[in-house]
Amino acid sequence: MIAKHDKQQSKSENQVTLSALDITKEYHTGEVIIQALRGVDLELHEGELVVLLGPSGSGKSTLLNILGGLDSPTSGRVFFRDNELTAFDNRGLTAYRRNHVGFVFQFYNLIPSLTARENVTIVTEIASNPLSAEEALGMVGLAERMDHFPAQLSGGEQQRVAIARAIAKRPDILMCDEPTGALDSKTGLRVLQAIEQTNRTMGTTTVLITHNAIIADMADRVMTFADGNIVDIRTNKTRRSVSDLSW
Amino acid sequence: MTPLNRKIIRDLWRIKGQALAIALIIGSGVAVYIMSLGTLYSLEGARDAYYERNRFVQVFAPLKRAPEHLKAKIAAIPGVETVDLRIAKNVSLDIPGLLEPASGRIISLPETGEQILNVLHLRQGRLLTPGRPDEVLVNEAFATANNFELGSHFSAIINGHKRKLTIVGIVLSPEYIYALGPGALMPDDKRFGIIWMGKKALEAAFDLGSSFTEATVTLQRGAIEADVIDALERLSEPYGGIRAYGRKDQISNWFVNNEIDQLRAMGNAIPPLFLGVAAFLLHIVVSRLIETEREQIGLLKAFGYSDTAAAWLYVKFVMVIIFLGIFIGLGFGTWLGRGMTELYTEYFRLPFLHYIIDGSLYITAALISIAIGLVGTLTSVWRVQRLMPAVAMTPPPPTSYRTAWIERLLQLKGLSEPNRMILRHTLRWPVRSGLSVLGTALAVSILIGTLFFNESLKQLIDIQFFQTQRQDVMLSFVDVRNASSITEIKRLPGVLAVEPFRSVPVRLIVGHLERYENIMGLDADAKMFRQLGTDFNPIKLPTHGLALSTKMANILGVGLGDMITVEVKEGRRPIVTLPVTALIEEYISTPVYMDLTALNRLLGEQPTVNGATLLIDPIQADTLYRELKNIPSIAAVSIQGVLVQSFQDTVEENIGLMITFYVAFATIIAFGVVYNSARISLSERARELASLRVLGFTRGEASYILLGEVGVLTIAALPLGCLIGYGQAVMWTVLMDTELFRMPLIVDRATIALSIVIVLISVTISGLIVRRKLDNLDLVEALKTRE
Repeated sequence: MIAKHDKQQSKSENQVTLSALDITKEYHTGEVIIQALRGVDLELHEGELVVLLGPSGSGKSTLLNILGGLDSPTSGRVFFRDNELTAFDNRGLTAYRRNHVGFVFQFYNLIPSLTARENVTIVTEIASNPLSAEEALGMVGLAERMDHFPAQLSGGEQQRVAIARAIAKRPDILMCDEPTGALDSKTGLRVLQAIEQTNRTMGTTTVLITHNAIIADMADRVMTFADGNIVDIRTNKTRRSVSDLSW
Repeated sequence: MTPLNRKIIRDLWRIKGQALAIALIIGSGVAVYIMSLGTLYSLEGARDAYYERNRFVQVFAPLKRAPEHLKAKIAAIPGVETVDLRIAKNVSLDIPGLLEPASGRIISLPETGEQILNVLHLRQGRLLTPGRPDEVLVNEAFATANNFELGSHFSAIINGHKRKLTIVGIVLSPEYIYALGPGALMPDDKRFGIIWMGKKALEAAFDLGSSFTEATVTLQRGAIEADVIDALERLSEPYGGIRAYGRKDQISNWFVNNEIDQLRAMGNAIPPLFLGVAAFLLHIVVSRLIETEREQIGLLKAFGYSDTAAAWLYVKFVMVIIFLGIFIGLGFGTWLGRGMTELYTEYFRLPFLHYIIDGSLYITAALISIAIGLVGTLTSVWRVQRLMPAVAMTPPPPTSYRTAWIERLLQLKGLSEPNRMILRHTLRWPVRSGLSVLGTALAVSILIGTLFFNESLKQLIDIQFFQTQRQDVMLSFVDVRNASSITEIKRLPGVLAVEPFRSVPVRLIVGHLERYENIMGLDADAKMFRQLGTDFNPIKLPTHGLALSTKMANILGVGLGDMITVEVKEGRRPIVTLPVTALIEEYISTPVYMDLTALNRLLGEQPTVNGATLLIDPIQADTLYRELKNIPSIAAVSIQGVLVQSFQDTVEENIGLMITFYVAFATIIAFGVVYNSARISLSERARELASLRVLGFTRGEASYILLGEVGVLTIAALPLGCLIGYGQAVMWTVLMDTELFRMPLIVDRATIALSIVIVLISVTISGLIVRRKLDNLDLVEALKTRE
């Protein structure tokens, strides 16, 4: 079990939250071997917001899944702080996700039989120092619709519930895979604001996958993917606020 | 093969476990149907052909002794077709190698000329030769049980003389398909035999020259049996006739028919349960399949496939499962039917009994299964037919849920989220959940309805053989004897106590209801034959009036204090009216008891007896049996230990077999229902559960949500199953409630617990299989699939 760091400690740019060393990932589909990652090296620093850009099939999601403990690389090593994720068994990975990672997906993945509030509570119940469901939903602007079921919410609202659910446990890392992919621009911006706010106020290290290059402007760093590898890393001198973005 | 057919095969392969579970349930239903009705037809066919070919008697009129010239009068009764006169007597037997005395029924057979009625079927040897009075034929079961061959000898006490008899032929008789000795519950072929002896030899032995003791007749087509019986009774009464009776009261025929009735009840009652469950499972599986494939359906329609073609795809899918079930059922049912028919050949001695494959039965079974299976999938297939391509290709909106009414009702604020998910999902599809509960409940009920037989029979044996009839040995005398003869018996070696009884044939009449029975007269202080009241506590036999078994009281519609007209069918044949002074509980036959002194007074006799019960010293049993064999005045000896043992053995064999089958069937149902429901749930909720795993739920926590639902449904099913099971037990006891035999209704805690445990094991196994699937769920893949 990984010791939970004190969230109140000052943000240090140099402290590495996640690092990947020469990771590869191969998928065997029938007789075809797909090389999804071809030796990726990367470091994510405490509190930074990183955007992963790149075309479909370039390996972004695969990397995110490995960093988030959903999948294991074929070779290479992954570290969360001083702990080697690649040495963890299923139980260890579950604990890692439970205690340190928040996920947001393109297709919300809410539990349809639970209300917005309950969708958050289901996570806070198993977390050690969570926000209350009301606080988390308040942060994404959904305080008014807490008792609605997913079927009664719009797509943007559902995605914000998903964000509230991801941040309620005060994760060390927030993994967002195309969170605006299924949304129109206005709703998408509202969702991005929620992510940005979380990153700023809670200092959560955030990884955000997108197709949309404009979104890259809100990041500290932008990594561009092609053919299973990072081909470019760019550091934004200043992060643009989401409210200044539009597409 | 067209691509669509290939799709069906691949889809089936993907859900092979579920498809097989459903096919097995259909198969079980079809198998029970084929087994019971196939065996029934075989048995019925064999019985009818046998009765017809061997001219089985239609009305029997036993009497004491009548001259042969009465035959003309009997033949003149309107409706009588053929008359056959014979001598039939009970005798006691001494069989080499058998310690205890055996008993037999000796029947006359013409030495020359043709047999007229109840024609024997010769299995081995030959018929009798005139002029050889010690030659006999015996029934096959008796010969087999005692390893008799042609030429074997045994002795019989015939009219006070011990005679050595030689077996020249081994036969079957339509009158003794099921050969039950006097007072026996189960055939004991070792100790009860039917012996056919030459008419002349028997006349000489019993001093019955030109006389007979039983008239047997067949009827003309359209004759009214009851009228013939009345006429025969009137004719035979002056000659000591007690009653005449038709086939329906003939003991062997009664047992064969009773068995056929039970097969029919089983064949008609059980298969619909299985097929109903299968229809429900097909419904949920196909609905789910269509739900996940709606985009494909839309696509097919967009390509130009007709609505019917799309719907037909799923009909074919269902048909494959149904046909698989039918084939399993037909094969397995035929196998079971063969086995069961073979089992019957041990109990029912018919010249030929083979399992007959009746084509129409097989076609009926197949058609019923197809019809019920298609009804189950009708609504889903209809939806495919109606689905518009454009609608089909857009993903369905998320399933809308509500706060469950039960949460609001019970103010379940503190319920954890996983429990809420379980509750809401269960109540979201109330019909499906309800049917799952019903399916599992059926499994429980089938077990209770079968396993209760164990306890029920235990109680029956206890009440009948250990609380009511507590003697070691029961003797029946050839004639009515003076009560003082009991002292002679008391002097026999090993006899510890003797209690006399007097059994008198009577007709009991209440209004238009009547029954023949023997009144059993017992000493007031009798200890061996003990009567139990309706609360099963021993009661003292009243000094006057009749102690009636509750079954007889029900038949006659009387209660305590009511009056019954008693026509004595012996001696001076007095007719008196007696009150019912006690009601007693027994599970076998419909006995009537009376105080011995009161009975003797009623008969106008000196104290007389015609039988006795003994308590014996087991160490001296062999010596006693040897002595008993040589006492000419004893007609039959029945040994309680042997009786109980043969009863238990037969019952255990039959019940054991039945229990094995039904445990298998119930397990299949429970497994099929739970496995399918849980798989469907898993398929519907894979995404949800994967999300939870991503959020950090452990495998155990995620499966709690899935299996928690199984648990809730199972818990709901248990009490319902117990209730339905109790109902089934009631049904069986009602079905088996006959004048000869009744089953006590006892559903005890052990039966219920065992039934529940068996179902829980089956549920747990299917749950674990589904849990494995959940554990191996590919999280990334599950989240990617768009609902």
